[in-house]
Amino acid sequence: MIDRRQLLLGSALIFVPRLLFAKVEMKRRFVFIIQRGAADGLDTLVPTGDPDYARLRGAIALDPATTIPLGDLFSLHGALQRVGQMYQAKQALFCHAVASPYRDRSHFDGQNILESGAMAPFAREDGWLNRLLTLLPASRAVALAPSASLALRGPVPVITYAPSGLPDAGDDMLMRVDQLYAEDAILHPLWGEALSARGMTGAAKQQDPAAIGKLTAGFLALSDGPRIAMIETVGWDTHTAQNARLDRQLTQLDHLLGALMDNLGPLWNDTVVVVATEFGRTAAVNGTRGTDHGTASLAMVLGGAVQGGRVITDWPGLSIGALYQSRDLKPTRALDTVLASAAAQCFRLDPQKTALALFPGSTVDKTLGQLIVS
Amino acid sequence: MIQPAIALNRFGLGARPGDRVTGEPQRWLMAQCDRFEPKPKAWAGIRDLSTSILENHEVQVAIKASKIKDEVNRAKSLKARADLAQSVYWTTTDSRLVSALTTSAPFVERLVHFWANHFAVSVEKGGVNLTAGLMERDAIRAHVLGRFEDMLVAVEQHPAMLDFLDQNVSLGPHSPAAQAASRNGKERGLNENLAREIMELHTLGVRSGYTQTDVTEFARALTGWNTAGREDHAADGMTAAPGDFRFRPRSHEPGVRTILGRRYEQVDQHQALAVLQDLAHHPATATLIATKLVRHFVADDPPAAVVARVASAFRNSRGDLPSTYAALVAAPEAWVTALPKFKTPWDWIVSALRGLDRVDSDGLNVQAILYQLGQPIWKPGSPAGYADTAADWAGPDALLRRVEEARRLATLSGAGTDPRQLLDELLPGIASTFTHTAIARASSLPQGIALLLVAPEFMRR
Repeated sequence: MIDRRQLLLGSALIFVPRLLFAKVEMKRRFVFIIQRGAADGLDTLVPTGDPDYARLRGAIALDPATTIPLGDLFSLHGALQRVGQMYQAKQALFCHAVASPYRDRSHFDGQNILESGAMAPFAREDGWLNRLLTLLPASRAVALAPSASLALRGPVPVITYAPSGLPDAGDDMLMRVDQLYAEDAILHPLWGEALSARGMTGAAKQQDPAAIGKLTAGFLALSDGPRIAMIETVGWDTHTAQNARLDRQLTQLDHLLGALMDNLGPLWNDTVVVVATEFGRTAAVNGTRGTDHGTASLAMVLGGAVQGGRVITDWPGLSIGALYQSRDLKPTRALDTVLASAAAQCFRLDPQKTALALFPGSTVDKTLGQLIVS
Repeated sequence: MIQPAIALNRFGLGARPGDRVTGEPQRWLMAQCDRFEPKPKAWAGIRDLSTSILENHEVQVAIKASKIKDEVNRAKSLKARADLAQSVYWTTTDSRLVSALTTSAPFVERLVHFWANHFAVSVEKGGVNLTAGLMERDAIRAHVLGRFEDMLVAVEQHPAMLDFLDQNVSLGPHSPAAQAASRNGKERGLNENLAREIMELHTLGVRSGYTQTDVTEFARALTGWNTAGREDHAADGMTAAPGDFRFRPRSHEPGVRTILGRRYEQVDQHQALAVLQDLAHHPATATLIATKLVRHFVADDPPAAVVARVASAFRNSRGDLPSTYAALVAAPEAWVTALPKFKTPWDWIVSALRGLDRVDSDGLNVQAILYQLGQPIWKPGSPAGYADTAADWAGPDALLRRVEEARRLATLSGAGTDPRQLLDELLPGIASTFTHTAIARASSLPQGIALLLVAPEFMRR
């Protein structure tokens, strides 16, 4: 008899015990991929058609020829080949210039708000994915991490499964050092680098991202398995040498998403994947060929169940006057509502009730419309 | 009042719980000159060099003898040599640490570390394992409150330096020893390493006006400076013990030397001694020493005005070191509230252990910790010693390693100490309310201690 303990320690998916999961008949799957470290939305879905983009990014501005054009205004980073194919197949949509309610620039506070769904950092102990579980009777979730991170924490128990080398999002000491250095102009960026490098070193040692995609698909494919999964990605804090690092990060993300799609097979048509980060990065390049902490960024919604092939944005532009505090992409839409709408529509839940449960401070954004096939 | 905290942390080696600065901080620092112990208990039990050399010699003989015949004995002898080197390294690095933890004159002790790094030798060269600690004790500690000239001579004549910078193998090309070698078909001659580094690193400083010809001439003058070995016991009627400085007339390049426009007509070892004395009193030397001292105590980018004052104290006192330190301590620029210096790994670990009230190294493995943190004792990558600016030490990986080490030290130190109290004890008036709050919010006492040890105000001095 295999119990949960062994699942936590176990190494191969074939040992996942079927008896573990309560019987649910839900067809839909929901995956949340968190990009820890503030992923640069501007170089992921690149506003190559915005005349200010090349000016602001200067030496590190991406050459449009290396990108995947999606229209007059936006192009996709060249590393996102599979995502580009999903977009062409109308299985990927992008919400640009979105942000959580958080308006400062601390990773840990920003991630805390993104995951808790609260209006202020460290205001609550449970996360919006766990509250989503409470709306789905007899459903389960799996965290691809050594311990459930905040988004998944709450009254409903969740499964954790850690492929070796995945970052431990719960490393309290590292988080506290980050807070300790928050006001130190020299140590704080260095510490950010250290955490990124740590993530990257971990990534080099761990199973490749495709293996994590496959593993997640394996959990989600079980007929009586979890319907919600959360995947950790780290290393997005590109203060230096952004082009090379972001290329590597996005390549890994693309492999992960591609493997998820391939291994879910027909189930991909009932799957919704949301990729989001705590905040964006500065619109302009900094002095070390990177970018610093910013505000609005990008959210991706992908999957066979997505009404894709669209970019949803009230594009604020990148002129000096259009930037938030004259430095960051200005948020024109709430990330909360994207997350709440995607989740509610995925599981065909009441949008109002879901938004209130997941993000109590948010309001339903009717202009967002239908993201998911109903 | 922040000045006592500056005296303890910037000038000293970091406060210990209960440390108090009595009276005026400047006076308190200089008063340490009266109680500094050149050979404290921590350094007393070190075996002398002749014992090490004789023991090493026996091992070497055994290695040679076993070369052809006996693989097992050869391996045993090689291991014995490595064990000896390591055991001496461990004992002497331990002496250095315990001395730093227990000293009643931490300002002077810091100056010892400063000078040892100025006159850097590295145990990367195997034999230096046996001598580096003794050089610190007998050449640096003995003269840290004396005259620069005396420290300079003691260092350059020390077996550690003569070995590290290849002086032992340098021969005057026209010396009797070289002539004899030539007759036997061996070409042996000058090695400029020590001469160059004395001019570039120990005295004048790079690009201060000396030429390649000056270096070569100085190297010729230095020929014959050597270390007595086992065989010197009886030879030539010398009474030198193995490891003592030994002048070998047969290796010395005969003739008059001209260096920096001055003629040196002295004979034998007196020639290089006269050069060293002139170098010690050269104005460029005063500027180099002052620049390095000010960089160590005031700022990575040393303010020219302070350098000028310290250099002039050095010159006016003919290289009297306490007079030079006094000018440094008197500089208002050295007492600014901002913490200008990012601690080197050595600084950091010593201050952490002092802060945690340690007086010994039991169970710590400090040598390995310093390897981890990137600054193994007496093992800099070059004769220039370890760098002394934040850019060289404050890096992402270095921070991670300090955080890991802080966690370990905090766990070792037990849960008895309240980090909030300790913070007030160690950094009175220095730690920000922000740091106070972050430490006060720690989830456990050891975590709070670990956070204290990596707090921005503890990473700097």
